[in-house]
Amino acid sequence: MNRSTTFLAATALLGLAHPALANKVFVSNERGNSVTVLDSESWEVIGEFPAGNRPRGITISPDGSELYVCASDDDVVRVFDPETYEELHTLPSGPDPELFVLHPSGNPLYIANEDDNLVTVVDTKTHKVIAEVPVGVEPEGMAISPDAHWVINTSETTNMAHFIDSADYEIKHNVLVDQRPRYAIFTDDGSKLYVSSEIGGTVSVIDMTGAEPTLIDKIGFEVPNVLPEWLQPVGMRVTSDNKTLFVALGPANRVAVVDAATDEVKDYLLVGQRVWQLAFTPDEKYLVTTNGNSNDVSVIDVENLETIKSVQVGQQPWGVVVAPD
Amino acid sequence: MLRLCLLALAMACTMAGATRALEVKAAVLRIDQDALLPISRLDLKPDDMGFAGGVLATEDNQTTGTFLGMDYSLETVAVSPEEAQAALERLLGEGISLVVVMSDDATLLALADAAGDRALLLNATAPGDELRNDECRANVLHIAPSRSMKTDALAQYLMWKKWGDWVLIQGSHPEDFALADAYRRSARKFGARIVEERGFEDTGGARRTDTGYVLVQRQIPVFTQKMKRHDVVVAADEADVFAAHLPYHTWGPDLVVGSAGLRPVTWSPAHEAWGATQFQTRFEKLTRRYAREEDYQVWLALRVIGEAATRTGEADPASIRAYALGQEFTLAAFKGQPVTFRPWNGQLRQPILLSDGRVNVSVSPQDGYLHQVSPLDTLGTDAPETTCTAFTEEADR
Repeated sequence: MNRSTTFLAATALLGLAHPALANKVFVSNERGNSVTVLDSESWEVIGEFPAGNRPRGITISPDGSELYVCASDDDVVRVFDPETYEELHTLPSGPDPELFVLHPSGNPLYIANEDDNLVTVVDTKTHKVIAEVPVGVEPEGMAISPDAHWVINTSETTNMAHFIDSADYEIKHNVLVDQRPRYAIFTDDGSKLYVSSEIGGTVSVIDMTGAEPTLIDKIGFEVPNVLPEWLQPVGMRVTSDNKTLFVALGPANRVAVVDAATDEVKDYLLVGQRVWQLAFTPDEKYLVTTNGNSNDVSVIDVENLETIKSVQVGQQPWGVVVAPD
Repeated sequence: MLRLCLLALAMACTMAGATRALEVKAAVLRIDQDALLPISRLDLKPDDMGFAGGVLATEDNQTTGTFLGMDYSLETVAVSPEEAQAALERLLGEGISLVVVMSDDATLLALADAAGDRALLLNATAPGDELRNDECRANVLHIAPSRSMKTDALAQYLMWKKWGDWVLIQGSHPEDFALADAYRRSARKFGARIVEERGFEDTGGARRTDTGYVLVQRQIPVFTQKMKRHDVVVAADEADVFAAHLPYHTWGPDLVVGSAGLRPVTWSPAHEAWGATQFQTRFEKLTRRYAREEDYQVWLALRVIGEAATRTGEADPASIRAYALGQEFTLAAFKGQPVTFRPWNGQLRQPILLSDGRVNVSVSPQDGYLHQVSPLDTLGTDAPETTCTAFTEEADR
């Protein structure tokens, strides 16, 4: 009794110190077939619910009203109520959906279908497929430019970033990158696109300010006492001031901190095992990492660049999204 | 930088709607030997063995090629050993100089010598260690691992388990002797002890009869009686005569590894890590069957060609070979790390799966086997020991 009172008081005090409301953090557990819900202030697990078979990609609508989960082995996207955790409906995704990206307005949803060399475009309101875009072999990473002009898909065996025009769903440009491109992300100002290559061990930097996208740099990684082949860049996040890029390095169990102006790696932060995807809290105070082989998430203090916490979640956490304010 | 320029060029061509696409012409030449049926009907060879992997790789390559304005084509040829030379000449005559060869060691060597600098051969199946050493040829890249790479992969795992005392049972065919030699070398290399060796004589005859297990159940226990104290039984039976009958039939409750039980393989239909499921589904959709090691190795050979052609914009044997052996080359192969070539003998470095036929038990190299260049070089002949000179002489020139 005493203890819980103290705890409540502590939470209340913390609440005063941080006027921002706590946000829900949703983590998809690939093997556990569930989504774990954390509180971004206490970092306690506050819920877990079944999310279909092999949940991987996870995202939330801009207004926070719908949570989308790629249920890879069910060949659908499951849509949940982020408050009640009830399944609202499903979206047709094509086979084996793995990653997707939502239009900044919340509609449509662009989904990578690993098994069918397609990107499927789905209307989140009518639940209908709007278009299917043939891309390279094993499409995986998805990104959309802040102005919503370009939808990016990376294909793992073709080793390309495909630039799909969101107006007519035609591929207008292709840029070759290193082996097994996994993830793509734009800077908030849309001037640069980053593509991580898991097996190539690099992040390609693509300039978006010219007449067409141009590969301008490749960021490599080096950690003492870690075999180079285990430095496998996967998930990424860029701060909204476009200054810092965070790169999850998979089996190297580290997140690289990159100075986006110079493309120099500033630091490597030790996190859990097989770090896969990343998400900021809306205030960008914290970065959450999913660690597939240690069944936990790590919480990174963005300002001080240190890992401050790890929290056990379900089996083989894969993706993570934080609810908007 | 060069790479970027080439890419820009290739893209400019596509944009301009230029019709002169780069043609990448390759072939799979399969030499079919007369052979007895396998012990298990699960191992029956499909007619499209290897070819199916080639078709899938060509589809994969072409998907990329379409974006870059490149045309990939594949010809598949199956002939007897006597017809091998003529078949190669025919392919060369058609302007195909990138040839994936599925054959035994001797035929591969004869083809390589006949081809000279007219072709680049990619060895998809021949396992001989001599081909990577004394008998290496500059115009051959080895996609298939050598026997030593596979025996080293198994040996590392056995040592990790601290199962260092082996009984080695070898068959009576030349390829069984070669495999047993590889196990002896692996034992020396990783500190295992072969406490006893036995030979299993192939007395001929059909592999299967209607009485099935009856005779086997009498023979194998007697054959394996009174073995010295050991941890595992290592079977060297490449000819597929007896190893499959060892598990459960041995005199004592033995663990069998090597040619039966826990086997070192390049591929297994059960492999699903590192995106392998995607390869399996693509392959099964195409063929309505599981992928075999041969299919994977042919797929990988053609992906080497595809990767080199994509990055260089060239399709001639010399350019493909130079890029494959160069520093820049890496390829994703569903093994969790890039595969690359050993520049001193043209062997593809690759992790080896350890499979019991139903699940993948482990993948070698094992943790803790360190190497100054790549842990993958702890498998098979390494640079300091190699007796291959065809590649280094060229580098010295």
